[in-house]
Amino acid sequence: MTDVIAPPGVQEREALPLPPLIPGDGHEPSHGGHEAHGPTGILKWLTSTDHKVIGLSYMITAIAIFYLSGIMALLMRLQLTSPHSSLLSFSQFNALFTMHGSLMLYLFAGPVAFGGLANYVVPLQIGAPDMAFPRLNALSYWLYLTGSITMLMTFFVAGGAAQFGWVAYAPLSSATSSPGAGPDLWIMALLLTGFSAIFTGVNLCGTIFYLRAPGMTMFRMPIFTWNMLVTGILILIAFPVLTAALIMLFADRHFGTHIYTAVGCHLVSGAPAVSCGSPLLWQNLFWFFGHPEVYILALPFFGIVTEILPVFSRKPVFGYKGMVFATMAIAALSTGVWAHHMFTTGAVLLPFFSFLSLLIAVPTGIKFFNWIGTMWHGQLTFTVPMLFSIGFLFAFLMGGVTGIMLASPPIDFATHDTYFVVAHFHQVLFGTAVFAGFAGVYYWYPKMFGRMLRESLGKWHFWLMFIGFWVTFMPQYVVGLLGMPRRVASYPSNLGWQSYNIVSTVGAFIIAISFAFLLVNFFVSWRKPVPAGNNPWDAHTLEWFTTSPPPHHNYTHLPPIRSERPTWDYNHPDALTVPHGRSAHTNGNGNGNGKSNGNGKGNGKVTADV
Amino acid sequence: MRIESLFLLFLGAFFGIVGLVYWFWGYDDGGGVMLLGATLLGFLPGSYYFFWHQRFHGRKYFYWGKVHAAGDRPSDREDAEMADGAGTVDSFPGSSIWPFVLGMGAFMSVLALVFGTWLLFLGVPLILTALTGVTAESRRGGTV
Repeated sequence: MTDVIAPPGVQEREALPLPPLIPGDGHEPSHGGHEAHGPTGILKWLTSTDHKVIGLSYMITAIAIFYLSGIMALLMRLQLTSPHSSLLSFSQFNALFTMHGSLMLYLFAGPVAFGGLANYVVPLQIGAPDMAFPRLNALSYWLYLTGSITMLMTFFVAGGAAQFGWVAYAPLSSATSSPGAGPDLWIMALLLTGFSAIFTGVNLCGTIFYLRAPGMTMFRMPIFTWNMLVTGILILIAFPVLTAALIMLFADRHFGTHIYTAVGCHLVSGAPAVSCGSPLLWQNLFWFFGHPEVYILALPFFGIVTEILPVFSRKPVFGYKGMVFATMAIAALSTGVWAHHMFTTGAVLLPFFSFLSLLIAVPTGIKFFNWIGTMWHGQLTFTVPMLFSIGFLFAFLMGGVTGIMLASPPIDFATHDTYFVVAHFHQVLFGTAVFAGFAGVYYWYPKMFGRMLRESLGKWHFWLMFIGFWVTFMPQYVVGLLGMPRRVASYPSNLGWQSYNIVSTVGAFIIAISFAFLLVNFFVSWRKPVPAGNNPWDAHTLEWFTTSPPPHHNYTHLPPIRSERPTWDYNHPDALTVPHGRSAHTNGNGNGNGKSNGNGKGNGKVTADV
Repeated sequence: MRIESLFLLFLGAFFGIVGLVYWFWGYDDGGGVMLLGATLLGFLPGSYYFFWHQRFHGRKYFYWGKVHAAGDRPSDREDAEMADGAGTVDSFPGSSIWPFVLGMGAFMSVLALVFGTWLLFLGVPLILTALTGVTAESRRGGTV
């Protein structure tokens, strides 16, 4: 155990040399960071409680799972190019879509955000030396890794992997309908990763509530940190319900309970039959987890984009508090909309769930408005993180608009379980977890490794992925409206569905090629490093003040924190950020729209007398 | 503490209102219980932070002892300097093997439910060793 002394403040700007602003300006990255402390080699990765090492472990594991799951998607797309393809058997196809969904949702999209990026970035953004519970943090990772291994083990047991979809609806998930060790391992994998997520949620909330640096008030936290706090709360609401539901499912399968089955209940003589279990209970419990989970997967990525857009627009974020309140509203509403996944059961309150679902469009729209407002009249530079963020805006807009359509029960009745829904949620989740997620990877990679990724390779990655994304998913809307159901391995050849499926498959392979460029980029960066310096993007938030990669316990000095952009304020004393709610004027034009302050650097800032 | 408490209390109040509307509209036990749980999740820590905020400002709620009005924490004050947070932040482990051991113990234990209880002979000792180790490590105050 080490007592960590608070780092001293840098009161005078001259007391510390300015961090280099230009990549490759001769400042070698500091490698005296976390590598220099404690054990080295493999033992470092096994024993480290440093949030940066754990965050990197999460990201490496999650990205590996992403590639694996992507290969499964390609196999399914190949199967669907022909109406009666014999590439995969029906049971193999069922196993693949189950595992593709499970890996992507449970083991990639969530963990890469709240386990990976948040673990690495949140303590840095608030000036903390580590997460509040470092050993719990390490335990979270090990439970996540073992959960992932357990999930993958299902391919190698008798009977194969689970085939009931990532939602495991009862009674399909019962021991009778889905026998074998595969479904049991699926349940155990989610138990392990569920506890992992709960511990991470506790850690995020504890860290943000208790380890902020002096002056880092709640309304000065970067939006990414705010979003991770709200995500942490959502995790604590949603994941315990899933964990409890899974334990009951396992009890149904092995201990003779009938929680999710309506058979086997005792009959009281002379009384009407009493059914002690209900398959619909599983759907209620699952979606009470499942819908907040959608926002657990979305809010961190909203936060990433909200970090990137201001930096590459050279402006503060437009409507900071509006962003925070919109995040809270989305989180609050997301907990009351679970049964919109169950409209067609005929057993839910349609107006209640439809109204609350439609209401989510309001705070989401506020976010869109603010993202556009942030870029409006800014000095945009189209770096790779910025391109991915703009790609996210287009992708999520399309996914969001079709989400509003699906919140209306009549439309949902017509399109339920068709490829229209598949296209909708892929556009939402690909938009967030992939576009915004890899925007975050490109944005923070220089901070994590002290070296740059190549812009040209990154742009190849982006444009191929952007094209592939639309080519893959737009035909799925059409074929869904034509009536093609999801989760089918073959389909009639006379309904005109094949051509749409072929186009969709071509798009999927374009996406796959784009991700080869990411691997090449990592390799080139590893073999021929270009030093990044502390702040290659001239970014705003606190993590860019320290070295790249940061030292053990993150900071040797901290700048004064007087706004949500302490690093910008320190580097640009002539253009300080206006504190919220204070009167302000702009240098030169006075209209507060964030135009250039005329100092020749074009930093597009509203300034105040402070 | 003030913003933290208001944030959590707001969430609790929202879930409470939604839960009441849902219950009196749909009479659904499952959804009602889950929304009640979410309400409590907001109110329990929210109330905790609220009382501590009040106590920092010298006010007593359900407390009859002597209260020292320490004021807001440096991280809650807009005008705080770094020097205001000087001193020990906390004690952090440099590294620890026990989370790994505990994770492996949990892994073995859940696999025991699928492949056979014999795996508990591996899982339970690992868990107990890790719990003992992490407790000793915390008390000893040294790195592992």
